Amino acid sequence: MTFLPKALLIVAALGLAACNNPDRFGAGGPGADGGMGAGGIDTTGLGDPNDPNSIAYFNQRIGDRVLFAVDQSTLSAEGRQVLVGQAGWLMSHPDYAIIIEGHADEQGTREYNLALGARRAAAVQDFLISQGIAPSRMKTISYGKERPLEVCSDETCYAKNRRAVTVLSMGAGA
Amino acid sequence: MTFLKHIPAALALALAALAAAPQAMAQPLRIVIDEGVIEPMPFAIPDFIDEGGASDYARDIARVVAADLAGTGLFREIPAEAHISRVTSFGAPIAYQDWQAINAQALITGAVQASGDRIVVKFYLFDIYSGQPLGEGLQFAGTPATWRRMAHKVADAVYSRITGEGGYFDSRVVYVAESGPKNQRQKRLAVMDYDGANVAYLTDSSSIVLAPRFSPTGDRILFTSYASGFPQIYLMDVGSLRVQSLGEQPGTMTFAPRFSPDGSTVVFSLERGGNTDIYALSIGGGGLRQLTNAPSIETAPSFSPDGSQIVFESDRSGSQQLYVMPASGGEPRRISNGAGRYGTPVWSPRGDMIAFTKQNQGRFHIGVMRTDGSEERLLTASFLDEGPTWAPNGRVVMFTRESAGAGGQSALFSVDISGRNLRQIKTEGAASDPAWSPLLP
Repeated sequence: MTFLPKALLIVAALGLAACNNPDRFGAGGPGADGGMGAGGIDTTGLGDPNDPNSIAYFNQRIGDRVLFAVDQSTLSAEGRQVLVGQAGWLMSHPDYAIIIEGHADEQGTREYNLALGARRAAAVQDFLISQGIAPSRMKTISYGKERPLEVCSDETCYAKNRRAVTVLSMGAGA
Repeated sequence: MTFLKHIPAALALALAALAAAPQAMAQPLRIVIDEGVIEPMPFAIPDFIDEGGASDYARDIARVVAADLAGTGLFREIPAEAHISRVTSFGAPIAYQDWQAINAQALITGAVQASGDRIVVKFYLFDIYSGQPLGEGLQFAGTPATWRRMAHKVADAVYSRITGEGGYFDSRVVYVAESGPKNQRQKRLAVMDYDGANVAYLTDSSSIVLAPRFSPTGDRILFTSYASGFPQIYLMDVGSLRVQSLGEQPGTMTFAPRFSPDGSTVVFSLERGGNTDIYALSIGGGGLRQLTNAPSIETAPSFSPDGSQIVFESDRSGSQQLYVMPASGGEPRRISNGAGRYGTPVWSPRGDMIAFTKQNQGRFHIGVMRTDGSEERLLTASFLDEGPTWAPNGRVVMFTRESAGAGGQSALFSVDISGRNLRQIKTEGAASDPAWSPLLP
């Protein structure tokens, strides 16, 4: 395996700090320029949740997320029902691709939670594949415990943070 | 760094030593760190002598040396107000009785000279009760910008002579500087002196960055970033801040990187299809080698200092536990056996211990154990402690402590492996994921 050209983009972005700061350890301030790997930004209206073709309908009426038990990545019966609904919608809306985000609650070490979030995202992906969704329409990502939805430190919040969220995006359909 | 040649002073010291002969029966100046309860050793450090253009440095350097030593919990400074004797010139005879009278056991004297782009710092360490210097005088020279480093080098030399252990003050820590609310945390890489001074930011916060790790010589940093949109490991050159991707593979996530002791290889976790295993990659280009192959989560690999073994965590038994395997892969041996879950193992630079994070009954601990899992000892307990990193001398660990609740924030703490001397490191804002550099050259 060798270094990819993509590295050059990263270098270009992070390198700005180096240009401004010749001393050995640099001193990039809070305003250091960024935009690493930002790419283009797609803007898509969420639409009306009463419109079965809208993203809002998918997110709210079908449900864009499934929840998990502590330290588990097994889908619950309720979770599978949500995913059956997601699969049905995705079958009838082939223009959409998805990213499945796996998350963990804060009760765990950082690395383990990254791996656990990936397991959860993969559990959703595997189920959607079993429902006939083409793997080429899906990507997974884990945020571990880096992006909690709820911020309290008890089970009411933890239960909502142990989640896998299906995020729709236009294009790149099968 | 050069040795001082100061023969008149040596003669004077010999005379003073004779005068102090009755006290020579006292114990030699020595702290044995392994002993259970330690009464901090009283020491005095008058402002260093200004030998030209260095009045601020003369005082500030002495203050940094004092803070380093007192910060270990092994030493206690006798304040200047209590001093009877004044040190008026570097190399003047030491009035041992005056220092004995205030119960100083060690005395550090020094001098600073500044001219143009260069300052020179020199010091002596005296054993008050035996009435003689402990070791030779030492001199450090550098640019004015390195004055704190020179102070840390003085403190390292003093610490080392008195404890018989290597020092750790002239070192840096790379970490993640945090800002913003818990559900929208902004993270960027930062580096600072071990004591929190001289902070520099290495990245901006446009992407999540996690768990930076120094190379064995401190010239490069491995870290995980979401810069590409997905977590991947990167390598940064500390001097130029240039960053390169390390073998990104579409559809996979890579994280938890760490250097081999020779700096040529990275071990890390690679996730594919929801399964995480440990891989190794030669930094100069070359093959990707898979070291574990199991359906469980294998992560947080860390080499033994001789490079022959890797300690890592796996949940193959049903919960996170620690395992050791040969550096080339192969059958792992479980070493953690207590109640609860064990993660983030890190091999001590001395090779004798492994530090880890333990979760048990809703609490988090930083602990250490022998490399075979015996003699487990928990050093801390809190709502959330994690991710220990070793001081270069293997006597202290630094880690992340996060407070609970909606306003919860991370901070850096250090603790001796005896469990004593828990201290928060002063940082400009919230901070996590520290990694200690080696002792600087």
